[in-house]
Order: sequence, then C-alpha cells, then structure tokens
Amino acid sequence: MDKEEYKKLVKRLTPQENKKKNALVAFLVGGIVGALAEVSVSLMVHFFAVARADACLWTCLLVIFIASLFTALGFFDNWVTEAKAGLILPTTGFAHSVTSAGLDYKRDGFITGVGANMFKLAGSVILYGIVSAFLFAVLGVIIHG
Amino acid sequence: MASFKFNNVYIKDSFTVAGPLESEGQIGKFDIMMEDYYFKEKTFIDAEIRMQKVVIDNLLYRNKLAGQVDLLLGGDLSDQLTITNFSAKHFSIPFLGVYSACASFAESLIIASEFVEKESIKNAIVITSSHNLNAERQFRFPIEYGAPKANTTTFTATGAVGALITNEKSKIKVESATIGTVMDYDQKDATHMGAVMTPAAVEVLMKHLEDLKREITYYDVILTGDLGNIGTKIFKEFLNLNYGIKVKNHMDAGCEIFLHSQEVYSGSSGPVTLPLVLFNKVLKNNKFKKILIVATGSLHSKDTTNQKKTIPSIAHAFSLEVLA
Repeated sequence: MDKEEYKKLVKRLTPQENKKKNALVAFLVGGIVGALAEVSVSLMVHFFAVARADACLWTCLLVIFIASLFTALGFFDNWVTEAKAGLILPTTGFAHSVTSAGLDYKRDGFITGVGANMFKLAGSVILYGIVSAFLFAVLGVIIHG
Repeated sequence: MASFKFNNVYIKDSFTVAGPLESEGQIGKFDIMMEDYYFKEKTFIDAEIRMQKVVIDNLLYRNKLAGQVDLLLGGDLSDQLTITNFSAKHFSIPFLGVYSACASFAESLIIASEFVEKESIKNAIVITSSHNLNAERQFRFPIEYGAPKANTTTFTATGAVGALITNEKSKIKVESATIGTVMDYDQKDATHMGAVMTPAAVEVLMKHLEDLKREITYYDVILTGDLGNIGTKIFKEFLNLNYGIKVKNHMDAGCEIFLHSQEVYSGSSGPVTLPLVLFNKVLKNNKFKKILIVATGSLHSKDTTNQKKTIPSIAHAFSLEVLA
C-alpha cells in the first residue's frame, strides 16, 4: 500500500464531524449570549439612566468578567467543549483564552510564565484585529473621503 | 536482524498508579487509584514525578530490592524527559532515559531484556508515565481552555506503571522482541494519531512474524497500543487489504481503559496506556498464554505540528509467555 492509497483508506475510515449540529449549537449558544447581553444593556439604560453606548461598553466588560470568573472557577472549559464556536467567537472566548493561559502558567513566574504566556492564544486576535482595523480605516478614508 | 529471542528474561512484578478517570473506567482496579490530578502535590509536573516515584518505591519495597537493582530505564512524554529524569534522581540506581513517545515502555523493556539476557545485569526496573494535564499543556492548549476536539483525538491517560525485569524464573517470560523502524506515511494531523501510527504497527508486526517464522494465530492476543477506536479500524483494514489477514485475536489498549460514557473521543493514548492494560487486564486474564505486544509512538512535537510537517511514527514489538 503506497502513501496515496493509505491516505484514501484513512479518509474512508475517519468519521466526519457533524458540522450541521456544531453550527446549530454555536448559533443557539452564541445567540443566547448576545440576547443576555442585550437584556443587560436594556436594564442598564432603564435603571441607571446611562447612554446606550455607555451601557454597551459596561456590558462588554461584564461579559468579560463573567467569562473570566467562570474560567477561574473551573467549569467554563466544559461549556466551551460543548458549545464550541458559540462561546469561542464572542468576547467570552477572548476573555476565557487569556484567563486559562494565565492560570496555566501561574507557577512559571510573573514574567516568564504569566506575562509571556497570557496572550498565547489571544495574541493573534489582538494582532490581526489591529491589522484589520487599520485596513478598514484606510478603506473608509478612500471610500468616504 | 531486528528480532531476537530471549531465554532467560522474566517479569517478576509490576506496579500501577492510575488516574481518577482511569479508575472509573473499564478496568476499575489498580494498585493505587488517584483521587485527583494533583496527587498531594502543588503542580501537575510534581504529581507525575511522584506517581513514578511511588511505583518504583513499591517495586523496591515489595521485592526487598533496596540497593540491589542494577538498572532503571524509562521515559515519558514531557520535553527533555523531565518527569522520568526528575523521578530517577530519588534513587541511586544507574539510569537510562529513553524516548519513543507512547512506545517508550516497550523500548525500555526491550533494552532491559537484552541486558539481562546477555547477563550484563541481573535485574532492571522499567518505568513510564503520562499525565493528561501535562500532555494537554505541552502538546495542545492551556488546561482550563477546554478547546473543542476532533472526534479522532485520543485522550492522554493518567498513570504510571513500572515492571521488574529479572533473570529469576517467574510466571511471565519475556520471549522475543522486534525493534521497529521509523515510518512516515505523510500524515499531518496530530489529532489523528491512530492514522499516524498504524503503518509503523503493521510494519513491525509483519517483520516480527517473518523473522520468527510465525503465523499471526500463533499468539492468543495481539495487544497494540494505542491506536484508539478509529486507529484500530484502520489497522485491521490495512492488514486485510495489504496482507489478506483478517485479524481476530487483536486488542487495542487505547480502547480498553475508558468507558464510552466518559466522552474521550477515539479512546486513550499516552505511554502509560499500553502497560496499564497489559498488566491490569491482559495478564490477569488466564486465557492469554502467548501475548504479542505492539507498542506505537507518534514522534511529533508542537513545533513540527505548527510547521505542518508530516508525522513520523515508530512501533516496537515484544512477546510474553505466561508459564503454568
């Protein structure tokens, strides 16, 4: 059996991921997170009389805090395993990746451990976030003047 | 010649420490069962070192061998063999560290057997371990990240197993061994190690049978480790298509530790998987008198995976005879 035949054999015997189910779960969970955030924004606007833009900012912080807290309490990883992209793509995923890496390296020192590794996963999000923000800003200037 | 027979090598004793999830699995009974992943230590690295140390201590104590062991051999998954090196410093026994990923136990046992057979030494302890959370951290993601996994992924088992190899006659004879070659079948997916390691397993199995002029049915059981559920299917199909062998006496260690309800994807992996099943299940079963062990290892690192290199693999085989 040569390598090409072997590749075909592996492909034939490897079960496919259930993409439809994963997409549906991600859609529902991500939607629920979004809906809860919207409830939080409305409550803030209603009870604390803050501007909607400010309420959005506070809600974002709240979501980050809750995701980090749940990570630290040790059960958020189980939720991520189940909900997949539904919890990874929102801000929850970003917060969770930073906190989990921080927890992982806490015994390796503040600089060489936590400092060097905390943005191990989130670093790419920040870098490419900034790069794409720059590109879109340039596009915006070109189009709108 | 990569195969040789032994006439004077025996396994006198073995000792197992098993992790919390493993203890709730199919086998369910081990010498020591861990209540949590820390094993009374502050870090997982210290926990795994302690697991190895407890195994060696118990083998020395049970066999009254303090100061009388000629050689300690072993390996684990950690970078620079940290775990085994750090546990070996607690014993003043001459030490060799070996690495062939999940085939490390087999490699250690084969080297020890050759030394004993040639009467260079009287006895040796071989040791291996793996710890799910140390492996996750080294090869995959931060522990608390809980990244979604592909259904081909195997779950690194937690545990430590040691065996005492001697020239004193005992019930379990190390009968022969075949050293495998490193194979690369262009597989790149580090989450599908069963597919990576199958060609090496098949290669060493066929070489063993050819060198010793045996049929596959000569053995009561062929124990591979650790191809996992999907890898086992590929292994059987490979043998069938290429050699026309429909293997019936096969068992894969990766499929024997966890229960399906434990959600471990394609089964168990890690260097401890094979010896865990060998000593706590296969050798406890009276039906199996002639046993061939084919241990497989995937030889990738985190860097080679990131650089999308194909993954080489290795397998070593040795056979045991249970004497009446």
